[in-house]
Amino acid sequence: MVENRPWANFFAHTVLIIGVALVIFPVYIALVASTQAPGELVRGTLPLLPGHHGIENYTQMWQSGISTANSPSAALMLWNSFVMAMAITVGKLSISLLSAFAIVYFRFRFRMFFFWLIFVTLMLPVEVRIIPTFQVVADLNMLNSFAGLSIPLIASATATFLFRQFFMTIPEEMLEAARVDGAGPLKFFKDILLPLSITNIAALFVIMFIYGWNQYLWPLIITTDPNYTTIVMGIQRMTSEENPQWQLVMAAVVMAALPPVLVILFMQRLFVKGLTETEK
Amino acid sequence: MASITLEGLKKTYTGNVNAVKGIDLHIEDGEFVVLVGPSGCGKSTLLRMVAGLETITEGTLKIGERVVNKLEPAERDIAMVFQNYALYPHMSVYNNLAYGLKNRGFNKDEIEQRVRIAAKMLEIEEFLERKPRKLSGGQRQRVAMGRALVREPAAFLFDEPLSNLDAKLRVQMRVEIKQLQRRLRTTSLYVTHDQLEAMTLGDRLVVLNAGQIEQVGTPMEIYARPATLFVAGFIGSPAMNMLSVDYLKAQDANGLLDNLPAGTDIVGIRPDDMHLTPPAVPHLAVDSTLALFEAAGAESHLYVTLANSEQPTVIRVSGQPPVAEGETLRFYIPREALHPFDSTTGKRTNTF
Repeated sequence: MVENRPWANFFAHTVLIIGVALVIFPVYIALVASTQAPGELVRGTLPLLPGHHGIENYTQMWQSGISTANSPSAALMLWNSFVMAMAITVGKLSISLLSAFAIVYFRFRFRMFFFWLIFVTLMLPVEVRIIPTFQVVADLNMLNSFAGLSIPLIASATATFLFRQFFMTIPEEMLEAARVDGAGPLKFFKDILLPLSITNIAALFVIMFIYGWNQYLWPLIITTDPNYTTIVMGIQRMTSEENPQWQLVMAAVVMAALPPVLVILFMQRLFVKGLTETEK
Repeated sequence: MASITLEGLKKTYTGNVNAVKGIDLHIEDGEFVVLVGPSGCGKSTLLRMVAGLETITEGTLKIGERVVNKLEPAERDIAMVFQNYALYPHMSVYNNLAYGLKNRGFNKDEIEQRVRIAAKMLEIEEFLERKPRKLSGGQRQRVAMGRALVREPAAFLFDEPLSNLDAKLRVQMRVEIKQLQRRLRTTSLYVTHDQLEAMTLGDRLVVLNAGQIEQVGTPMEIYARPATLFVAGFIGSPAMNMLSVDYLKAQDANGLLDNLPAGTDIVGIRPDDMHLTPPAVPHLAVDSTLALFEAAGAESHLYVTLANSEQPTVIRVSGQPPVAEGETLRFYIPREALHPFDSTTGKRTNTF
């Protein structure tokens, strides 16, 4: 805008700053808390300035964790979370891209039936089907494994539905032009559909990654081996001790928050690029 | 290059909708044929059947000597230019042109060479590295043509390629398409609803209506001797005037209309065959009132209401009309300019 109204500017900035402060403050507190000496956080007053035990706390959390709380080192837990979240994300994206491709571009019997079948599963989140799913996973001997952690969460009606809606906005002539140009279905998918969906893929990647990263209930019931503890589970276990070591918990929290932020930062470039380069 | 033969081509959609009701047509090698008709007449469906984008319900389609009914579009050796261009938005112009060649396994040098030649021909060399969205409508149109050109196919299929352009650009591209086709001598099938585009582009026109061929012929043949009432009304702008024989006979003092072919109950008269001064040949004279005068520069269109008739009529003259709006106007129709039709069959009644 080309308006010049100092008061409006001032007001706008004040609102923005207050908003940002509200969001940033708890994060700041977590950072501060993770640098305090043991026992500092249970005295009743929350320090507002960083302490001097940051490196010590983070090193301990990263390397050994809290064995009394049955939570292993943060390095292992972060790795577990990362593998699970990536497997879920990549799995969800590939399956939903392929099923949306099938539903939009192929005419087969019961096409709409299958579409609605997928759509209906939107109404069945993990929590609803958790007992039968557990039974299936247990029978397949997938307890305490990455397969058990990720495969049951991979099917995604949401992503399938979104990709279907997106594919339907691509002009039919694009497919026809590709057919005249000698591209078969898979070539069309790879050369035209995937590059055009890159924005949607990036956005869904972020959402799915965070969804996978934040999984709590499922990993909790499916794993008993500490080698498969995820960071979210680990934090929960540390806080349910009799005397939680809050400075270490906070260090774990800060570390747990970083990967999603990194994923967003990385993907953001893709979807900002995608948004500004959309055709028409 | 090849001829295209359509034998009894039919398209029936589910629900027994007959979009194309049996088309027989032979397109010579190197010929430029235009399919023209109002929207919904099946012209696009027909083109898409030739392209292989629609299945053929019945009939035989040959490109060259090959029956291609069941072949995929890519195997038919045709190239198509779409109405909305259908350029791949994420690829550079170069890759848009090269994509079809890559899929056919051409080697890099050959692709490069062909793309350069096509780009030069269409004057889009400087845009080769750009994405389609950075191009204007006319440039996109050229890229779409280029994509067809690089393949050096047996036939070009055009599906209303100019309808997204503004009027001036449309005329320019029309000329370029025509010149290009003259130069390459590639068999071309072109679909349009614009009768002017059809007249100016085609070696031959195929006028379609309701899934059937109304008339096939050179533009001038069709203009001079429309075979049906539909063609008469569709080709030519302003449209041909239709007057009932009974009305004209009432104005006819000299018995000029006595020898009209049997069955004639309506006659068509082109707006340019109506004169404001009496011609030297045998003619009819009709009185009317000038309702509206439309100046179009080199010519004027006079909308007149005939005396004792509701039939709206248009006359085309050069320059200004001699009278003002609301005044009476007498015009003259040469006897030889009448196109006799039978309104029940819709057919022309004289066949000479």
